[in-house]
Amino acid sequence: MDNKELARQGSLKIVDTAKIMKYGALFVASARLRTLSKWMISVIAASFANPLFYLLSIGVGIGSFVNAHSTNHTIDGVPYLTFLAPALLATVAIQDGLSEVTLPTLQGFLWEKNFFAMNATPITGRQIAAGTFLAAVTRTFFSVLVYFIVILAFGALDSGRSWIAIFTAMFAGSAFAALMMGITAWAKNSDLLLTFVGRFIVMPLFLFSGTFYPLSSMPIFLQWIGWISPLWHSIELGRYFTYGHHLSGSAFAIHFGYLLAMLVFGLLFSFNEFEKRLSK
Amino acid sequence: MNASAPILIRATGLTKKYEDFVAVNGIDFSVAKGDSFGFLGPNGAGKSTTMRIIAATLNRSSGSIEILGKDPELHGPEIRAHLGVVPQQDNLDQALTVTENLYVYGRYFGLPKKFIRAKIEELLEFAALEEKRDVKVEALSGGMKRRLTIARALISEPEILMLDEPTTGLDPQARHILWDRLFRLKEQGVTLLITTHYMDEAEQLCDRLIVMDKGSIMAEDSPAGLIKTYSTKEVLEVRFGSDKNALVAGQLEALCERIEVLPDRILMYGEDGENLLHTMKESGLHPLTSLVRRSSLEDVFLRLTGRSLIE
Repeated sequence: MDNKELARQGSLKIVDTAKIMKYGALFVASARLRTLSKWMISVIAASFANPLFYLLSIGVGIGSFVNAHSTNHTIDGVPYLTFLAPALLATVAIQDGLSEVTLPTLQGFLWEKNFFAMNATPITGRQIAAGTFLAAVTRTFFSVLVYFIVILAFGALDSGRSWIAIFTAMFAGSAFAALMMGITAWAKNSDLLLTFVGRFIVMPLFLFSGTFYPLSSMPIFLQWIGWISPLWHSIELGRYFTYGHHLSGSAFAIHFGYLLAMLVFGLLFSFNEFEKRLSK
Repeated sequence: MNASAPILIRATGLTKKYEDFVAVNGIDFSVAKGDSFGFLGPNGAGKSTTMRIIAATLNRSSGSIEILGKDPELHGPEIRAHLGVVPQQDNLDQALTVTENLYVYGRYFGLPKKFIRAKIEELLEFAALEEKRDVKVEALSGGMKRRLTIARALISEPEILMLDEPTTGLDPQARHILWDRLFRLKEQGVTLLITTHYMDEAEQLCDRLIVMDKGSIMAEDSPAGLIKTYSTKEVLEVRFGSDKNALVAGQLEALCERIEVLPDRILMYGEDGENLLHTMKESGLHPLTSLVRRSSLEDVFLRLTGRSLIE
């Protein structure tokens, strides 16, 4: 004991509150990424396997069917895989973003209660929310990047500005994650929340957002799902950048503005809910 | 309380109300630097609620409280920077190793990496977890997790160490090790705040105690002072069998200063227990078992609330 014991200086000397106020969210994010790195191998494997299976089955399989039966063998003026690519990027961003905020939030508040441990330090609820969000975005970016590389390898993206679709996808993923993080912190019943969100929000968004075919080819009474879906707004932007899908200036502004509003509202809502739940 | 030491915590009329009940009901107390201060009471007495208000993670409903001269509602992070908190329920990062838990927590206090690495060695030894340094928390025993939680709270060398039921669920040997470590911290001048429903723990660790019940303070003094004020020097515990205890109670009452009839036994309070037993036997009462012991805080609590502490 004695040989290793350091001279006690006391927290008044060693703790720098100003530094924590500034970088607290980064400390939280780095702790979360450290936890995630424990599953590094499966994270990487899943990141590559998912897009590979998707592209092979839907992109190539359905694609050859669609191409064969459509005028000029194209959809929206491009091969099916090119049409589908930005939608896949946005979908993976939304799916990964969602699970990367809901799981740590439930764990932090309910399962392991480690958010309460963080909050016993100078770290604030707002910083815990921001840090959790940053880690989720980082992890999601990795998935989207891998997806992009795989799609590139399939030769589905030939425009020089296709890479911008990574960021339109991340935009939607981040906006939706921010909102869902707040909802997860707000919800009392976690099982109900997860089931409900999975079945009645994520799945319809995926199926009704013009992911597999243009939204305009849907009956009008179903199109509204696309209009409120961050996925659709992101896909429209993505298609504009990857293959020059037609988008008017005002449509561009609406898509961009919608996602930005969701991101800002989602973060403010999350900050508020985290603070509230920690001090209950 | 050391009269010359600065006051670190001062609460006046501190109250916490929830919708339909009052968890903490207008309590006053102050804790001086270097104090080892205890909150004693049964579950639901308001101890943990009070601790959370002091820990600057729960806002009060009314009254005032200052911690290190600051209002926790306005300066939460600045106050929490100097607290080490050991919650009732361990909330370690299950997927991380012992060392990583300490490291990550040190970072939450903004401590330099080099400082944390050196401090971890000291804390691993303090918590007797050197052999487990690279083991994931989920694989540790309950006692080990508890020690790690305490070690984690010490990473920032806090001015005030707050322990909510620190030894609940630990085996006797582990408790004694822990008490020893807490005593060392006390010697280093760390202010300790402890909630407990264990009498022996309060007697071992606390210089000063408040006894809480249903959100209010029933009494405040040193453990010895409380016993002196609210109990007698000795206690004679007798058993006549569960049916008969109540029947003989009337006769026993005349023999001593005070009695408490519990479901399984009768406690007789007096200055000399052996003498009391002798008198009782002379008057023709022969208990199945008898035990003479010194008065403890359990007796104080019984006297103050009419209930025993652990039910």
